[in-house]
Amino acid sequence: MTEVAPGYYLALAGLMFSIGVIGALVRRNAIVIFMFIELMLNAVNLMFVTFSRIRGSVDGQILVFFVLVVAAAEAVVGLAIILVIVRRRSSANVDDVSLLRW
Amino acid sequence: MSAILDFIGVGFIVALVKALVVFAALLLTTILVVWFERKVIADMQSRVGPSRWGPFGLLQTLADGIKLFFKEDFRPQGADKWAYALAPVLAMVPAILGFAVVPVGGVLGFGDTKVGLVGSDLNVGILYFLAMGSLNVYGIVLAGWASGSKYPLLGGIRSTAQLISYETSLGLSLVPIALVAGSLSTVQIVQAQAGTVGNVTFFDGIPILEQVSSLFKFIPNWFIWSQWPAFAIFFISGIAETNRAPFDLPEAESELVAGYHTEYSGIRFALFFLGEYVHVVLISAMAVTLFFGGWDGPIFPFLSWLWPLIWFTLKTIAFVYLFVWLRATMPRLRYDRLMWLGWKRLIPAALLWIMVTAVVNTAGIDRGVRLAVFGALFLLVLGFVIRGDPRQKTAVSPQRRVSSGTA
Amino acid sequence: MIALIIFGAVFVFALGCSIAMLFAKNAVHTALFLVGSQVALAVAFLLQGAHFVAAVQIIIYAGAIMVLFLFVVMLLGVDRSEVLVEPLPAQRQLALALGALLAAGITYIALTSVDLIGADRTQDLAAINRNPGNVLAVARTLFSRYLLGFEATSVLLVAAIVGVMVLARRVDSVTALGAEAPSSEEREVA
Repeated sequence: MTEVAPGYYLALAGLMFSIGVIGALVRRNAIVIFMFIELMLNAVNLMFVTFSRIRGSVDGQILVFFVLVVAAAEAVVGLAIILVIVRRRSSANVDDVSLLRW
Repeated sequence: MSAILDFIGVGFIVALVKALVVFAALLLTTILVVWFERKVIADMQSRVGPSRWGPFGLLQTLADGIKLFFKEDFRPQGADKWAYALAPVLAMVPAILGFAVVPVGGVLGFGDTKVGLVGSDLNVGILYFLAMGSLNVYGIVLAGWASGSKYPLLGGIRSTAQLISYETSLGLSLVPIALVAGSLSTVQIVQAQAGTVGNVTFFDGIPILEQVSSLFKFIPNWFIWSQWPAFAIFFISGIAETNRAPFDLPEAESELVAGYHTEYSGIRFALFFLGEYVHVVLISAMAVTLFFGGWDGPIFPFLSWLWPLIWFTLKTIAFVYLFVWLRATMPRLRYDRLMWLGWKRLIPAALLWIMVTAVVNTAGIDRGVRLAVFGALFLLVLGFVIRGDPRQKTAVSPQRRVSSGTA
Repeated sequence: MIALIIFGAVFVFALGCSIAMLFAKNAVHTALFLVGSQVALAVAFLLQGAHFVAAVQIIIYAGAIMVLFLFVVMLLGVDRSEVLVEPLPAQRQLALALGALLAAGITYIALTSVDLIGADRTQDLAAINRNPGNVLAVARTLFSRYLLGFEATSVLLVAAIVGVMVLARRVDSVTALGAEAPSSEEREVA
């Protein structure tokens, strides 16, 4: 089944990562920025899986597993922080929290 | 023709035929299950139930389907166009896809081609089932949000919290099964349950337990005997996953009108309806596969390939009956009780039970230790589950606290 | 050949969803497109023989993390309030230009650097997937060579749970009086 050369998978991952970078820089809603960070993590996961295939071992897939766990922890904490910010400011716009104080 | 066959391969055609057969069978099953539920509930309430269309009212569901199909497709003004259209499909498709890993029988031979009676024997079968279950959330959440109306939104938010909570215990309840069977593949789990408990030697040499266990040597070697706590957790979580009574909070009609599908009508509502019943059949079929031996059962020489299918169907119907029975008898849980049950009882109990199973099934540990751990933790889990909510005895309910003026 | 067709579909779908994320005005739509690209990536994992990771990707990413995102978006009602006024001059243009540069660079390296990576050992992985099987191979590697990392993630998860409990706790009159706290909205997902 695996006939497609790994380079194309890497290219797909690279394009998705770039889109994630652009989105995180352009969008202003904190939750949306968070989603683009998740997109970047996903692209990196695809790279890990592809490298695991190139290397012929499952070590890359283990790294994906770790990325998933870290992403879960990060998403939960990040969303809690956004929750607190929205309770205070009633807005999820990142420009409203540029002062680094309440 | 053979060139085309070589190009796409026999495996592809077999897979396509399997998918079509499973899909058609599921649609037919759903029609029958809806009729079955109405008849059983009518019987439990001393009514007749559907009786006009076809023998015993069998065609009633078909008539309802035709009616829903020709009804006006209505979309509220504040609705989100695309998400509103997408939600019913998302509520149905994952439930149907979940059947890909349910083995309904052994291996059939057509000449020299061997076809397993399972959509696909994935080596991550259980995980695939869980993945499809977790995608099922989106249908309800999106329906609630996209309707642009407050009751659906409340239903959607409720279902998000409920499904995330109970998915965790559902997943944890399957870990002991994977430990015992040594595989995540549903076919291998069914194969691990073949035979009778006569070949289990766990209690041999212990005075009373040996005699007692020897009395039961004829019983089929299904996981339900050793794994019934896991089964209880699995089934309770499964009911919560399907949003059926007593866990039907996302569509509680006395509080939320109809919850997430308040604004849906016509064919879109029919898709939600279909999805719910397919999910009921899926959870029943998975319970049979994982705990009740799947298609395992006595096979007689007459039409020997058909018996596994018959056993599987009968067992599944028994579980569908259980679903209907629960709906007819159980009152709906209060929201905080639902969360309490999921997070403070089912998940800790499931974690404890994983530990028990792991210790008892480790060959390197002394058997006396394993037996002691088995007994002690078995009682602990039992007590933990039936102890109930300590708050119930002492705490003042929220309503009374407000009215008595202490807050 | 079929693998090529499926890869083409995955490529178009994943990239299309990612680009649509950029232009979606609504936070819920953005989340949905992200779910779409994650499911497409799970298919890409399957194509490359990473069965376990593909299943886990859907269960954890699409099934838990994104549901949590949707839950928070719906709960806070921030889905229609994005202000697109850019306070910094030329940030958007700069971001687009640099992003395009990054994409071009990575794509160039990915498509030309087979020599850098070394030999393609896809067949080795396929052999592992046949015997002992993907799940078993992942489990053996995870619980031997990467055991320390695995244990460390459990510490991380506990830390995350505690942190979320502290952050999301609402100090109100009911808790101040010593009654039980209302159940927190944040749930640990992993």
